[in-house]
Amino acid sequence: MTTSEQTAVKVERSNFGERFQKVRTYGMVIVLLLLVGFNIFRIYRVVSTNETIVENGNVTEAFVQALNSALNVNLTQVATIVIVAVGMTFVIATGGIDLSVGAIMAIAGQLAPLIFMGPIAERFGMAFANVLAIVVPIIIAGIFGLFNGLMVTKLKFQPIIATLIVFIGGRGIAQVLTNGYLQFFKNPDFQYIALGRPLGIPTQVYIMFIVVLVAWYVMRSTSFGQYVLAVGGNEKAARLAGVPVDKVKTAVYVISGALAGIAGLIVVAINSASDANLNGMLIELDAIAATAVGGTPLSGGQASILGTFLGALLIQMVKFTLLSIGVPYEFALVVNAGIILIAVYVQTKRTA
Amino acid sequence: MATIANNANQDTGTRKFQLSNLMRQQGALVFIIFIGVFVLASIIFGENFYSAYNIKTMLIYNSMLAFISLGMTFVIITGGIDLSVSSVAVLASMLAAWFSRFGLLPAIFVTIFFTTLVGFFNGIVIARWNIQPFIATLVTFMAARGLSLIMPKVFAIYMPVVLPGVPIELWANNVLDFSIIIDRTKNMQDILLDFGGIPIPIILMIAVYVIGEVALQFSRFGQRTLAIGGNEEASRLMGLPVRRVKVIVYSLSGALAGLSGVILAARSGVALPTEAVGWELQAIAAVVVGGTLLTGGRGSVISTLMGVLLLGLIFNILNFVNVGGFSLTVYWQSVIRGIFLFIVVLLQAPWSKRTG
Repeated sequence: MTTSEQTAVKVERSNFGERFQKVRTYGMVIVLLLLVGFNIFRIYRVVSTNETIVENGNVTEAFVQALNSALNVNLTQVATIVIVAVGMTFVIATGGIDLSVGAIMAIAGQLAPLIFMGPIAERFGMAFANVLAIVVPIIIAGIFGLFNGLMVTKLKFQPIIATLIVFIGGRGIAQVLTNGYLQFFKNPDFQYIALGRPLGIPTQVYIMFIVVLVAWYVMRSTSFGQYVLAVGGNEKAARLAGVPVDKVKTAVYVISGALAGIAGLIVVAINSASDANLNGMLIELDAIAATAVGGTPLSGGQASILGTFLGALLIQMVKFTLLSIGVPYEFALVVNAGIILIAVYVQTKRTA
Repeated sequence: MATIANNANQDTGTRKFQLSNLMRQQGALVFIIFIGVFVLASIIFGENFYSAYNIKTMLIYNSMLAFISLGMTFVIITGGIDLSVSSVAVLASMLAAWFSRFGLLPAIFVTIFFTTLVGFFNGIVIARWNIQPFIATLVTFMAARGLSLIMPKVFAIYMPVVLPGVPIELWANNVLDFSIIIDRTKNMQDILLDFGGIPIPIILMIAVYVIGEVALQFSRFGQRTLAIGGNEEASRLMGLPVRRVKVIVYSLSGALAGLSGVILAARSGVALPTEAVGWELQAIAAVVVGGTLLTGGRGSVISTLMGVLLLGLIFNILNFVNVGGFSLTVYWQSVIRGIFLFIVVLLQAPWSKRTG
């Protein structure tokens, strides 16, 4: 009798948890929609009161254009954070953390111009060099991720220390590659990954959506996704159940590294310059914040890829809204911190 | 029954003994490496290196990291982490620079009061709201950095409105758009003076570390800190005031970051919101080099000081390296830092595995 009662209580509790999870996700979507709506309203007011636009042509057309650019601005800015945060979500789901993503971005970003501005381009042609400039940095980034993973699994370093080593050393490596100098370039084919506009939407937004969808599928429907959650939930139990714990852990760091590599390439493509000093600076904190706001607890065992995506969007929209109504950047930073705190507090309430 | 209990007692007793032994060895190991590296560097680089000027400069710079690392050691022993220290130190340097017009002591105490409040806030969020330390202090990290970016503007524009009757020159005099300059007519920079031949920051550093070591090893607070890090649930069940200890530990970290910020401002003569980037990670590195495990429950304060000094020494030496006209750029230095940290953690791994 007692057991059945206990199960009943448990079921009820888990139902409550699920319901709460839904409320929270919907809550985030609703807040997002409200913010988007508010911004649309604001843009509409600006456009409709601007007499030159009204005189010269169609108001709705101007409005659609304004809206389009506003959405594009936000999605463009958030794309790299989302890409990195997806990798971070995998790592955090196993109970780890990856501080090295910014440094890995810098390395990948330095490598690409070195390849397509170097002798390879002259000897084998620009097209080949461009392909190499995208593939090689991502592979190298993955190798740095592998190094992180091996430190965590083979040498038993704590994840925060292992990735701290790459955080410190990695940016140094990126800077040493060009002795700290910026590399300026103009390479439309390579820069298509950031400046291209298929169907009017920036390429990086497509990349972001592909990354999110693939990661969402992997997490939801593959055995690898289940392994990741099992490792984060209870490592010993997972090991006893036959989960290849070390391989899974190594894999998530490789994924995180490779995704950081992609993000690093996008950043240099946007800027037409590679800056090892600034590329990916502090992005690990943005990514961790997005993951936490999205409902993935730092203790591991749970992961919500869509939550991370929404979390990053939410942070970005709040920042954009604050800046657009004239709040100074520094103050937006403080407000942002408050929002993260509240979002995580709500999440902790759920698990407690 | 009794014998079993006795045996168990003895068992934990010897274990404890071995542990503390190992800990001492760890600190001693770092100390020996430190001395070795120092002697080697003195032989290679000569007077430039072991001149009083170089050593003083190095120690004053590292005293700032040492204060932060001491707070970090206590936080890490409870099983937490404090990412906010660098931002709090910058906020403190802003406050100290602004309050420097009222003299040295007000600047120090007001600044430390405020940063202690920031640490207190961290502690409340972590202990009361049950938010993970990593996230809670990350939030403070962002907010404090934002506040220190705002402060020069706010002080220049709004303070005359808040406190009318005070001449506007007093508010705006030392404030640029992005930084706050120390009032050199007051005695703010006295904190860098020598006292008995030794600069005050160094004396302070030694003093707080001695107090910290004694507090950790011999006071009730220290024992509670260790117990909470070892097993929080058990400590709670035993009736230890877990929340209060955590709040105190984070407040302490905030206070020490404040002290570090005061020295930062005094040293530069101007408080810039872009200073002290990455100090929290350097402090974590120093704590780890000192042999304190990030999982909490054990650690040593003096070993952390050794860690700070060893890292500081290594980076100081890198400035002197000049092989055939090829001097190490800052970029190479950060590569070497990474490799060095890797080696130290690697050397520690067997030790930590045995005990943990």
